[in-house]
Amino acid sequence: MFSLDVTHRQGAFTLDCRFESAGRLTALFGSSGSGKTTLVNIVAGLIRPDRGRVAVGERVLVDTARRLALPVHRRRIGYVFQDARLFPHMSVAQNLRYGERHIPQAERYARFDHVVDLLGIGHLLARRPEALSGGEKQRVAIGRALLASPRLLLMDEPLAALDEARKEEILPYVERLRDEAAVPILYVSHALAEVSRLATDMVVLAGGAVRAAGPTDAIMQRLDLLPEDEQGEGGAVLDGVVASHDETFELTVIDTGAGALRLPRLDAEPGKRVRIRIRARDVMVATERPRGLSALNVIEGTIRALEPRAGAAVDAFIDCGGHTLVARITRQSERLLDLRPGRPVFAVVKSISFDRGGLATFRAAGEAPSPAPAKDAWIAPPGSMD
Amino acid sequence: MNAAALTMDWLGLGPQEWTAVRLSLKVALWAVAASLPFGIAVALLLARGRFWGKALLNGAVHLPLILPPVVTGYALLLGFGRQGPLGSFLAEQFGIVFAFRWTGAALAAAVMGFPLMVRAIRLSIESVDRRLEQAAGTLGANPLQVFLTVTLPLILPGILAGTVLAFAKAMGEFGATITFVSNIPGETQTLPSAIYTFLQVPGGEGGALRLTAVSVAIAMAALVASEFLARRAGRGAGAG
Repeated sequence: MFSLDVTHRQGAFTLDCRFESAGRLTALFGSSGSGKTTLVNIVAGLIRPDRGRVAVGERVLVDTARRLALPVHRRRIGYVFQDARLFPHMSVAQNLRYGERHIPQAERYARFDHVVDLLGIGHLLARRPEALSGGEKQRVAIGRALLASPRLLLMDEPLAALDEARKEEILPYVERLRDEAAVPILYVSHALAEVSRLATDMVVLAGGAVRAAGPTDAIMQRLDLLPEDEQGEGGAVLDGVVASHDETFELTVIDTGAGALRLPRLDAEPGKRVRIRIRARDVMVATERPRGLSALNVIEGTIRALEPRAGAAVDAFIDCGGHTLVARITRQSERLLDLRPGRPVFAVVKSISFDRGGLATFRAAGEAPSPAPAKDAWIAPPGSMD
Repeated sequence: MNAAALTMDWLGLGPQEWTAVRLSLKVALWAVAASLPFGIAVALLLARGRFWGKALLNGAVHLPLILPPVVTGYALLLGFGRQGPLGSFLAEQFGIVFAFRWTGAALAAAVMGFPLMVRAIRLSIESVDRRLEQAAGTLGANPLQVFLTVTLPLILPGILAGTVLAFAKAMGEFGATITFVSNIPGETQTLPSAIYTFLQVPGGEGGALRLTAVSVAIAMAALVASEFLARRAGRGAGAG
């Protein structure tokens, strides 16, 4: 359990935040200038807040009321910086082992071989940081933070400085970290796609304050809480199980609480848990079962609520077997179709994004890791599906 | 015939000249070795510290660079001479005597080389990426450990450069030395003093020339050695 309640002034900017999270990976989400980095620097001890308290589990890191503030080196917070910050005068192996020696033997839980394996950096050990690619540097930086056996891992936009291909290279490792490592993660990001894929919980920051905090799937549906330019990425996040493959049409059927969904053939065994994101802008609403339509996924449901948004937009929340799909439609459509709460409708899903590696694949720490996911086994590119 | 005598013969150095060479090396090495820890500390203070009187400290450190060396030597005589407050204190408490001893020559050389040493080290400290030190802190290293494992290795090229500059300055120091501890053969007569002495007597040009050649050789050797070390340290410190 991570808890934070701080106030801090920095020039004209005031940070006033309070939230708690027991999630495995809690995303701090917000546009630049929302106070994300200030917040993680307070947690890490690089900034001392004017007022407040920060605790990881029972361990209090800062409590201004008790005049307590642990120095940086005694916080046991693994910090993965946006710019890897590897030590240039050490080899990769020396970088990785740097934190180990500062931790009492009894408190070391991260094993060198295990971490090197988890991050796939065995072949880099003898190299110097200058000889690494951006993605490799970031993996080594994650390994270095982990090997200090931290009680909380802070990741400050670890992918922001990387191009798309490199991001795809790192994301699976972050997912494995979330599912296999024993340490809770606080992950800063301004990219909603990243957050929905990785986070179990999320905290939305805006103007130095917490706008919303809670489980990712609940927050993602509240498009109004997301920054304007990211609202199109919001929507429903569903956890499902691969049910079967249809070899004739090369499709895969996934069972979700909201119903069965068909999508292009996935490279995943039946029974595998996957996470699916259905963006609000990719859902259409029909009052009768549509005919002569190319969309494969039509789900029956009931309108639960309609919430007007800025401009012409309305968000329709559709209850499908206890799960909620969100559709962003226009006010005019709302009027023409005479939509109102309680009315049965059909949600037409235009496209589905997959977030591989469901949350149900958690494993106890210390278990042998599965082999690194091969790049082509990766299902994530937000595939569109008519 | 022993090796030293052989070398002496080969260079054509007389016993007095040879003594001056050895003394100069001893004085310069001690001057640099003893002032290095202070040099690093003062460079750190000037590069990182925020305290009242920083400009004053900076001025005091650089003073020997701009004062006439004779003035520095006279100030040392006043402070560290037998009658001087510091000199008498050190002599009574620790038995360290500077006046008219080779130790005094080393002190004069150290003081004169100090600004050069501090300057080079300070520049390298200012170029260290402090975010690396922050990263080391988050990995559990306390401030001293951060300094020893991150800062110090990264500023090694600067320390080497400062050391070589100070050494060169110490080898060549003349004005402050001769004012403070005079020109006593075997005790305070360093290379420059010996060359000066040769030039004061008729027919001394030969000795002066030989010692000049030795000075040039030592200076070149120091320069080459520092280049080599800096390159090795530079490789160790990666691109930075």
